[in-house]
Amino acid sequence: MTYTPEMLELIKVVEATRPQRLHQKFPTALLEEREKLLHGFHPDFLSEGFRKIRIGVGKGEEMPNELADVVEGRPHIGPDFDLGDPEFETDVLVIGGGGAGASAALLGQEGGAKVTLVTKLRFGDANTMMAQGGIQAADRPEDSPSIHYLDIIGGGHFDNVPELVEALVTDAPLVIQWLENLGVMFDKTPDGMMMQEHGGGTSRKRMHSSRDYSGAEIMRTLRDEVRNRPNIEVIEFCPAVELALDDKGQVAGAVLYNLETERYFFARAKAVVLATGGSGRLHYQGFPTTNHYGATADGIVMAYRVGAEPLYLDTMQYHPTGAAYPEQILGQLVTEKVRGLGAQPVNLKGEQFVYPLEPRDVEAAAFIRECKERKLGIPTPTGQPAVWLDSPLIEMIHGPGTIQKALPAMVRQFKRFDIDIAKLPMLVYPTLHYQNGGIRIDADCRTKIPGLFIGGEVSGGVHGRNRLMGNSLLDVCVFGRRAGRTAAAYVTQGVTPGKPTLQHLVAWNKELDEAEIDEAVKSPILLPSYARKE
Amino acid sequence: MTERTDLIPIFIMGKRYDVPSSLTIMKAMEWAGYTLIRGVGCRGGFCGACATVYRIKDDPKLYFGLACQTVVKPEMYMGQIPFFPAKRASYDVTHLKPEAATLFKLYPELLRCLGCGTCTKACPQELNVKGYMAAAMRGDIALVANMSFDCIMCGLCAARCPAEEPQYNIGILSRRLYGRYLAPRSEHLRVRVEEVENGKYTAEIIELKAMDRNALVGRYKARDIEP
Repeated sequence: MTYTPEMLELIKVVEATRPQRLHQKFPTALLEEREKLLHGFHPDFLSEGFRKIRIGVGKGEEMPNELADVVEGRPHIGPDFDLGDPEFETDVLVIGGGGAGASAALLGQEGGAKVTLVTKLRFGDANTMMAQGGIQAADRPEDSPSIHYLDIIGGGHFDNVPELVEALVTDAPLVIQWLENLGVMFDKTPDGMMMQEHGGGTSRKRMHSSRDYSGAEIMRTLRDEVRNRPNIEVIEFCPAVELALDDKGQVAGAVLYNLETERYFFARAKAVVLATGGSGRLHYQGFPTTNHYGATADGIVMAYRVGAEPLYLDTMQYHPTGAAYPEQILGQLVTEKVRGLGAQPVNLKGEQFVYPLEPRDVEAAAFIRECKERKLGIPTPTGQPAVWLDSPLIEMIHGPGTIQKALPAMVRQFKRFDIDIAKLPMLVYPTLHYQNGGIRIDADCRTKIPGLFIGGEVSGGVHGRNRLMGNSLLDVCVFGRRAGRTAAAYVTQGVTPGKPTLQHLVAWNKELDEAEIDEAVKSPILLPSYARKE
Repeated sequence: MTERTDLIPIFIMGKRYDVPSSLTIMKAMEWAGYTLIRGVGCRGGFCGACATVYRIKDDPKLYFGLACQTVVKPEMYMGQIPFFPAKRASYDVTHLKPEAATLFKLYPELLRCLGCGTCTKACPQELNVKGYMAAAMRGDIALVANMSFDCIMCGLCAARCPAEEPQYNIGILSRRLYGRYLAPRSEHLRVRVEEVENGKYTAEIIELKAMDRNALVGRYKARDIEP
């Protein structure tokens, strides 16, 4: 496979400018320049990609067309679905088997609740598993939670919910210690110092990592711990399709769907933690995505239908460096750690054109401008636009062998296609990566629905309008833990359950009809449809 | 529709389909019309859900790969192993000692390892599984942790093992023992946790929370950036 002869010719240009670029610092963009770039080139500002939602609690708010389609969907089941004979009963039903769900299950169990975790795919097949670069926490003497706070809020365009940012930065060191005690292997120097690098938009080096398997290391450890705990049951391949409330308006459980037997059934619960993650598999504006197969906005759909409020669902994150070549791995993640270690984005002329570690939205917009407006992108056989990411610089900065040691997953992924990233640059282009907004929560993960708690990517507010690298692994741990803890406290303090109903669906279906939304898809869609039909 | 010239025959669980030669096994299955439920997860080479075994016509050798990362080949005969019922020990990591006896107690079958290397041949991550199993038998937990680190727990090693070892579960036990007990502790982390718990940063953060947008913008612009 490797690169085509034409591409190998173009790489010579990159190699020619490399020695001079090694010490060249491209300046960071001023706030005003950032805004200009975003408004000109970021997909969030392409108005035809969005429309106003026509029904429900957030009526009139903008969302990407593809998200609005599923949010305005028709339920899998009718309001008369029988809730009288639950398949099982539990205290806390955790919906979602990623980092937030696992953290919630652990803290829920520690809080004295009986926990059942249900997940659509296998436990752990989630975006947490795929996060490579690292997790932020201000734990070095040069750093502080307040500096972390400022970095987050500037990266989020000052729209973040302050209480949530406070929770994130103050829990961060505690989460790192919690993970260490569970046995997560962080990269450390022999004397125990955490090895930390910059991420886009950070003013201190606070990216903790586990090689470039940071999310995998955290996820498999949390999963192993969940499986070791008594009082936590895990049920795979059973996504939720609808939340049930009781006649007092409290959460009463969820209707689940066994993907293999194709049967719907009711799970009764005193509290629900929704931790279903994001929505990259909706492929907003046709973008490829880094997300796992199940990222289809299920949690947004279900929470919205029972009246939980959306926040900033008009902003999605495009990771600047998705693989643009070879086409087999199009859109898959090239971790930001590659830039954290010193690799520079470079154009057709072998020049730097953006500071390598701007916040992700700014960096992505600069890549799009370089290709679309300045026409200095790198041509590829499929016509996919791309810029170089000059990885061999890493070994000039940190010494030979660094790439194999710090980025084994990246080396492996490109080696499968005969590309040695220690010697040759990679081709990258923005790819759909993260749902910046979500359902509104408070700092203890409460929503306005009693008994419904939310943590992780499905929630919104903490990242404002743009999340920084390393804050989503942190988010899933911080708010997963808080959601589990709050749910357990809610249950153990004594809930008086009422009679479960699906009455909210009567109102929902009526709204659908009144808005004359005839073409509504059945949602949550659960899986993207990739099977060729013709 | 014009005739495609890039199609090659592959055999999905024995059934022939002609698929574009540039596709991964996973995308080829979808191109053939499959809606995947099992045998698919992250689609990026990290979750281990799509472990696949294949053979090429007239070649007796078995090959192993991830469906999301392996490109189809002509006359490929393939099947997936989306789940394997390997043994997994249950334990409380806070009550374990990081020593050989812990591994032997939780996984007595460890000592039955034949050292045949079938596991290594089966690993889609190209890990030296046999090597880390040997290290486990010697009780060198740090080495097991290090050598098994890139494991995605797909289970192909266990599926192929004649001694019925759950290699990948011994791997994660070792990594957790290493991370919790053997890795050097971070003094700066301990100090910071104590400071947070004592409320050292509470006032600063309350001040930030109360600031209006303009004041925050000013503060943000004035940040010094660590080189």
